[in-house]
Amino acid sequence: MKEKTQVADIDRSMYDFRYEENDAYRVEEGLTPEIVDQISTEKKDPDWMREFRQESLKIYNRMEMPDWGPDISGLNMDNIVTYIRPNTDRMHAKWEEVPDDIKNTFERLGIPQAERQSLAGVGAQYDSELVYHNVKKEVAEQGVVYTDLESALHGEHAEMIRKHFMKLVPPTDHKFAALHGAVWSGGSFVYVPPGVSVEIPLQSYFRLNAPGAGQFEHTLILVDEGAYLHFIEGCSAPKYNVANLHAGCVELYVGKNATLRYSTIENWSKNMYNLNTKRAKVEEGGKVEWISGSFGSHVSYLYPMSVLAGRGARAEFSGVTFAGHGQNLDTGTKVVHNAPNTSSYVNTRSISKDGGISTFRSAVVIGKNAKGSKSAVSCQSLMVDDISRSDTIPAMDIRTKDADVGHEAKIGRISDETVFYLMSRGLSEEDARALIVSGFADNVGKELPLEYAVEMNNLIRLEMKGSIG
Amino acid sequence: MSELLQVRDLSARVEEAEILKGINLTIGEGEVHVIMGPNGAGKSTLGYTIMGDPRYQKTGGQILFKGEDITGESTDKIAKKGLFLSFQNPLEVPGISLGNFIKSALEQRSGKRIRLWDFKKQLAATMEILQMDPAYAERDLNVGFSGGEKKKAEILQLLMLKPELAILDETDSGLDVDAVRTVSAGIEEYKKSVNGALLIITHNTGILKSLQVDKTHVLVDGRIVADGDASLVAEINRDGFEKYI
Repeated sequence: MKEKTQVADIDRSMYDFRYEENDAYRVEEGLTPEIVDQISTEKKDPDWMREFRQESLKIYNRMEMPDWGPDISGLNMDNIVTYIRPNTDRMHAKWEEVPDDIKNTFERLGIPQAERQSLAGVGAQYDSELVYHNVKKEVAEQGVVYTDLESALHGEHAEMIRKHFMKLVPPTDHKFAALHGAVWSGGSFVYVPPGVSVEIPLQSYFRLNAPGAGQFEHTLILVDEGAYLHFIEGCSAPKYNVANLHAGCVELYVGKNATLRYSTIENWSKNMYNLNTKRAKVEEGGKVEWISGSFGSHVSYLYPMSVLAGRGARAEFSGVTFAGHGQNLDTGTKVVHNAPNTSSYVNTRSISKDGGISTFRSAVVIGKNAKGSKSAVSCQSLMVDDISRSDTIPAMDIRTKDADVGHEAKIGRISDETVFYLMSRGLSEEDARALIVSGFADNVGKELPLEYAVEMNNLIRLEMKGSIG
Repeated sequence: MSELLQVRDLSARVEEAEILKGINLTIGEGEVHVIMGPNGAGKSTLGYTIMGDPRYQKTGGQILFKGEDITGESTDKIAKKGLFLSFQNPLEVPGISLGNFIKSALEQRSGKRIRLWDFKKQLAATMEILQMDPAYAERDLNVGFSGGEKKKAEILQLLMLKPELAILDETDSGLDVDAVRTVSAGIEEYKKSVNGALLIITHNTGILKSLQVDKTHVLVDGRIVADGDASLVAEINRDGFEKYI
């Protein structure tokens, strides 16, 4: 399945373009109903989706920007239009225009030339598409549907999508959810039939690099009764996008006694505002496992939420956030216990370095009817130097006496003695520190498939480079 | 016998406190030296300082290893030249297994990749000498190890890395009789297989029973106040440090 084709020579002239052409799409006042309608037309939206987009736009226009988290005043909302429309053109920007630091990262990660170009969202897609299609065939034999959301809207699962699309994350949730509802584009749809266990993890990273996807992509996953799926979104190689806003949406439906493991390693380029919304609903005896790594972006707001809706439903969340120079990453998770005997386990690590700010927010809600439920939240922070910052903001709302809830938080620094210990065996100071930080992030590393874990450690190593003053 | 380590008039401080006040010490190839002394005399500091721990500031003197000045060298470079320090309290490092750690330390030293098969075979054989459960190779470095297992893991690293000089800082402290015997067997193996030199910091002599001690030094208040041969160990066992204080 990992076989790749080599694309020796790509006719790049087809990607040449003139910036002026983009001006045709530019509307100074921001997003209009006409533009949104045009998206519907181009995507051949069914009527209900056309209406949904327009309704979302109205909500978007009347909602306020969030004012409780990291500063996003640097995000120019008037440019939203240019983020949406020219994707197919601007995503094909020249490889030469990709910033040097990102190119160097590809170099260091050892990603081959052809693949680098597709990872950057700037070139031939042939490799990724091929791999994707192979995977698709393999799981299709099990009755699994794995496709892009646009085509699923017209296929035999159209009704299923209508029933679930933005029901967990309604456009009224917040301004960027509304924006997403209006302009969403690209993303994945997965349906796993009852009792089917998908042995290989599905990796959307191959899909996300499809032209035009990646800014406002929508992921909709339904795992039916007793089924199992591991879905991996994103990739540890940095994604380069000309536009600097990402407002994706992920909705996960986990059926009775089903298990869904959802892994993401996000490494957006460092100019990105990542305002992503992810939510899972878990039925009786089901389980959702979030594995989440946040490395890139300038500002992130990311709090995957689990709604435990059936008796005995479970949620596990393992997260790592690494905030380096110029980054303000506000991440965490929320769990709503809405049925008896539900349980949640949250284990996060945040690392801040070189002036980076890392904030962990957690919210645990235990409803009146969630008797016999358990929740344990543990968050640990590591500050690599004296100029970085780490905050922890836990919230709990417990409505029943019959619940067992625990929270622990630890903040620490890299111990000089441990660095000395590792160096006394011949490791350089840089390697020793990187090893300690990788070890700290092991709650996520050990949950990832090997090649992803290796890439995550490479990323940590890269981020730690030059950290010794 | 040629000189392996020469410590000349070494002084060191941590924060404002002067701990080492002019240490002189010469260790030849394959020699076994013992440093004894009361608590707080600076024994461990000497080991850390030789190994280049940046927390100890050298205020005077010189350290030569194989004739090369290593006084200002970084710890990793000192280690690569063939020095080893067995820690009194080995640190726990989550996220890397004991086996992988030893492998990467070996690769750092030699600068080349080691064949996994050869490495595993050698590691298993060495763990057997130390009566270590092979499962420990897969466990995170020192994490959740008992005191005894941590010390064995230190000696395992010693035997795998094969330095020319090993400083053992209180390797026998906190061990039961059986563990002391096992660790001693490991140290004997080190002497036998690579004829390594040893600088043993201890206030307990159990670990010395099976070793041929060449020289004994008594360290009191940052100074070496007496040098002798193996008989000095017995004398201190009998009389304590009183006459040196």
